Amino acid sequence: MTEPYLSATDMHGGYGKADILNGCTLTVDKGQIAVIVGPNGAGKSTAMKAVFGMLNLREGRVTLGGEDITALTPQERVRKGMGFVPQTHNIFPTMTVEENLEMGAFIREDDFRDTMAQVYELFPAVADKRKQNAGELSGGQRQQVAVGRALMTKPSLLMLDEPTAGVSPIVMDELFDRIIEVARTGISILMVEQNARQALEIADIGYVLVQGANRYTDSGQALLADPEVRRTFLGG
Amino acid sequence: MDILNALVAILNFVVIPAASYGAQLALGALGVTLIYGILRFSNFAHGDTMAFGTALVILVTWGLQAIGIDLGPVPTALLALPIGIALCSVFVLGTDRTVYRFYRRKRSDPIILVMASVGVMFIMNGLTRLVIGVDEIRFDDGARFLVSVQQFRAWTGLSEGLSLRVSQAITLAVTALACWALFRFLSRSRAGKAMRAYSDNEDLALLSGIDPERVVRLTWIIATALAVTAGTLYGLDKSFKAFNYFQILLPIFAAAIVGGLGNPLGAVAGGFIVAFSEVAVTYPWKKIANYLGFQPEGLLQLLSTEYKFAVSFVILIVVLLFRPTGLFRGKSV
Ligand SMILES: Nc1ncnc2c1ncn2[C@@H]1O[C@H](COP(=O)(O)OP(=O)(O)O)[C@@H](O)[C@H]1O
Ligand SMILES: [Mg+2]
Repeated sequence: MTEPYLSATDMHGGYGKADILNGCTLTVDKGQIAVIVGPNGAGKSTAMKAVFGMLNLREGRVTLGGEDITALTPQERVRKGMGFVPQTHNIFPTMTVEENLEMGAFIREDDFRDTMAQVYELFPAVADKRKQNAGELSGGQRQQVAVGRALMTKPSLLMLDEPTAGVSPIVMDELFDRIIEVARTGISILMVEQNARQALEIADIGYVLVQGANRYTDSGQALLADPEVRRTFLGG
Repeated sequence: MDILNALVAILNFVVIPAASYGAQLALGALGVTLIYGILRFSNFAHGDTMAFGTALVILVTWGLQAIGIDLGPVPTALLALPIGIALCSVFVLGTDRTVYRFYRRKRSDPIILVMASVGVMFIMNGLTRLVIGVDEIRFDDGARFLVSVQQFRAWTGLSEGLSLRVSQAITLAVTALACWALFRFLSRSRAGKAMRAYSDNEDLALLSGIDPERVVRLTWIIATALAVTAGTLYGLDKSFKAFNYFQILLPIFAAAIVGGLGNPLGAVAGGFIVAFSEVAVTYPWKKIANYLGFQPEGLLQLLSTEYKFAVSFVILIVVLLFRPTGLFRGKSV
């Protein structure tokens, strides 16, 4: 069996003395969608930060495309092909949509107009507002700008922390459709979601995280079908 | 005819002085607001950066004059200004390296950085006095007036005179040029956008691969250039005295806060708002009232000029009470 594209195994670590992550393992294959669900405070965001190198791991390792990246800084991981959309503060509010995308491409030396056109094609709603300040957009459009910014480096792995937080159900469906579209282009997706049921529907692999450790790991469909998971985490 | 005289008097005693003073405050406030936006603290050493930089400009001016270089009708100080900016920037970058960087790395609270800047302020204050002394210095060589009162009267036949000093005209021209260049830089260039991105969202800027130390260095250099320019223009306009630069720190902060800390456009507007309020409140309006046909009893002066700094205080308090983020939506103080 070949190693998955992203593999973060047995992660232990936290912000101070106490560990938040207690042996959490996450893997994603090329072009797959992996979804992390779990109760508030389970350490989902912390796990994402750990995968992205924003947290020092006490134990565990992270590999991307077979290469060990455990010791790399977030900026170095961006250069290796990781893109991250944090849960909050994920745009530059007083800069225009276009400038937000430009900043996403900051490390690129080449011409990035093609990528920008692709992002606008993916999110036509924000394309119409490219000269408007990102902070003035609606919640759903802001999330689209945030995802677009992360796509500007042409990542091979896109990490999304609750991309649908605070948006209406219609916008949520729309965002999920876009995310599936991104995955179809061969980009791997690692995503945290509060809307567990809808997210697991589109997940190739799902993780239920509790107290910083994997409680259940299975395909999205299998988790949705598991009565135990349904009862405890999906509200029946 | 009297309406005309009234207008000329308003121009001469209120609009022109307030505009050039406002331009000097605007340049100072721009530096304060940039540092607040990027380094996230109120730099109390800014006034003394103006003083120290201006002292350097004066020394270079004397040097140039000694070897027989001047700019004819334009003050030699303008030629010395870029050299003064370069020297002062080196010093300010040194303070960042030795003082501020340490607290930045520790991610200290803003108030700790403010206190550190008070320390830097005292050091620069002392240095300025050592370098150039405490006396009043005039260094505005070249022509004095672009338009003098006598000329104006002769041209117009009005009884009321109007003068425009070279230093005032230069202040307005240099400020317009500096603002134009700064706003163009911030809105068009890659480095300028990186500065705005860092000011907007530090963590996301880091994730995007923006080098924070480069942004910080650039910010210090730009703020210093603005401060030394403001200081030199103020010195040309009024004369150089180290203590005055400590005093105008208050109206400069008032300007930056009125406009909204971290917002460059706000800083410029704030500079003019503070200057016009200060001049309007301390100017005796009796003469103008007379031209308009009123015979007021007193001088119609709301506040004597010794209390002009009270104006900044009042503006500050009103803004902080009713609109803490300033008129142009800066960061909350
Ligand atoms: N920056 C931080 N510093 C210290 N503790 C934190 C920080 N962020 C989160 N935590 C703590 O880590 C735990 C997990 O938080 P988080 O990963 O945000 O959970 P989730 O995203 O699953 O809701 C919580 O107990 C939270 O209080
Ligand atoms: Mg979270």
